[in-house]
Amino acid sequence: MSTALATRGPAASPLAPSGASRPKGRHSRRRLVPQWFLVPALVLYTIVVVYPSIAGGLYAFTDWRGGNEVTFTGLENFRKLLADQAAVASLRNTLLIAVSLTVVQSGLGLLLALALNSAIRARNVLRTLFFAPMMMPPVIVGLLWQYIYTPDGPLDTALEALGLGTVVQSWLGSSSVALWSVIASVIWHHVGMSMVIFLAGLQGIPDELYEAASIDGASPLRKFFSITWPLLGQAITIATALTMTSSLKLFDQVFIMTGGGPGVSTQTLSLIMYREAFVYGEYGYGSAIALVLTMIVAFIVFVQMSITRRGEVEA
Amino acid sequence: MIPITIAYLFPLYIMVSMSFKTGGEIAASTVAPPQSLYLGNYETAWVSADLGRAMLNSLLVTAVSITIAVLIGAMAAYAIVRGNRRTSTVKLMAFLLGMMIPGQLGMVPLYMLMRDAGLLQTHASLIIYYVGSLMPMTVFLYTGFLKTQSPTFEEAAKIDGAGWWKAFFHVVFPLLRPVTGTVIIINTINTWNDFLTPLLYLAGTPNRTLPVAVFSFQGEFASEWGLIFAGMMIAALPVLVVYFFLQKHVIQGFAGGLKG
Repeated sequence: MSTALATRGPAASPLAPSGASRPKGRHSRRRLVPQWFLVPALVLYTIVVVYPSIAGGLYAFTDWRGGNEVTFTGLENFRKLLADQAAVASLRNTLLIAVSLTVVQSGLGLLLALALNSAIRARNVLRTLFFAPMMMPPVIVGLLWQYIYTPDGPLDTALEALGLGTVVQSWLGSSSVALWSVIASVIWHHVGMSMVIFLAGLQGIPDELYEAASIDGASPLRKFFSITWPLLGQAITIATALTMTSSLKLFDQVFIMTGGGPGVSTQTLSLIMYREAFVYGEYGYGSAIALVLTMIVAFIVFVQMSITRRGEVEA
Repeated sequence: MIPITIAYLFPLYIMVSMSFKTGGEIAASTVAPPQSLYLGNYETAWVSADLGRAMLNSLLVTAVSITIAVLIGAMAAYAIVRGNRRTSTVKLMAFLLGMMIPGQLGMVPLYMLMRDAGLLQTHASLIIYYVGSLMPMTVFLYTGFLKTQSPTFEEAAKIDGAGWWKAFFHVVFPLLRPVTGTVIIINTINTWNDFLTPLLYLAGTPNRTLPVAVFSFQGEFASEWGLIFAGMMIAALPVLVVYFFLQKHVIQGFAGGLKG
């Protein structure tokens, strides 16, 4: 590589200084930063991310339970997963959480961004406020909402005070409601993130477009669908992909609030992966569950990237 | 907008008010404001859950992890952007791949690695974990910024005879300051608030971080919600206070940083 550079270097760049102080004309065109600058980051990244991920991907095809014996069992773990009711429920719940969180949180985030972007006096205060829960540890948010949902707790009391006593129910104790209660608390925690991404997108749209549309007599609805929505494409892709990948991995809040219950009604892939691996010591099976999760996340990222690329071509 | 704001504030109000209520007040009503600013919950939580120690642990782990991550992440970005152009994309992609892989996949092997190295229950295990797992985001942010900067200053420094290390430290790193702010903000919040890994590595030891300490505290005082809420406030307040002072930078950091 260095010889190739040395042979064509001087001819290609006559302006490059070629003093005798430089060793053997190595950096004829551009002085390249020595690659040992990369080493510390690469070493730690390899130890913490690359090696464990590859090893985890391999364990997924074994029956490893922590001892010295590891047997390659092919697709046995995945067959087991499909026959395991808790695992199937957790796969279904994980997808349900990801889709509903993405749709509702992005929708709410967009509405908030639109409301704050139009000249409301309290805009900065409200923006700060709606983003604030993002700063809180998920564990704390989980504990807070667990308390809010307790029978006769804050939510029930507030609903009764508003004359909505009839909707009161066992928010975390009923297997048909618990998942939605958890989803609502996560939306409260994260909607500020979606809002902030949309606000940044909205602020990138030039005012002249709206002014021109107003002169042409366009209605607010028409302006939204003809200007705002198409120009927000990038922000929508980022916000939805971010929400979807993070909600697929959702762990802390569910672990704290329901532990997966009642029954398997709020069980997620992250939760059963943790339980199988670190409570039952089923390292092989736990890794297989993690591999399934990885595949789903990789698929979402792939879809997002192809959408983004298409958008860039159009723009 | 007003009803939505009130509904949004309600959980925050519950969190603050509960931490100042006596057991009797909580039994009387879960939503009524406290009669007076009762600080007993904070005293008990601070002392009996040893939250002071947990807070020092969190501070130490976060500060050391972020400092190392910033330094070696910036170095890596420098090597990628100002190194061989033909291989720079491959090197960057190798780091970015880490952003797509859920931590769950490597969780078991990494745990075993830490156990075999005798690092479990120490801060070192957590710091190594954070620095390594923060690399994709850190390198991503630094390379994105460095690509937009002209190499003029660095080259001038090199012509003046400065070594690579000196050029990096005195010229490149200071130039990166705007994005270093974003890197610190995003990484600090993710590190300070993290739960599962410190639970796996440090649970049951005096080295545990704040989220883990509050979690075990809740297990211990299952129904004493006043105490639990005081503990929760202690864990959430440091970041929230910094946030309210720097809110503009934090929000811009998140919105701009993730957009790339």
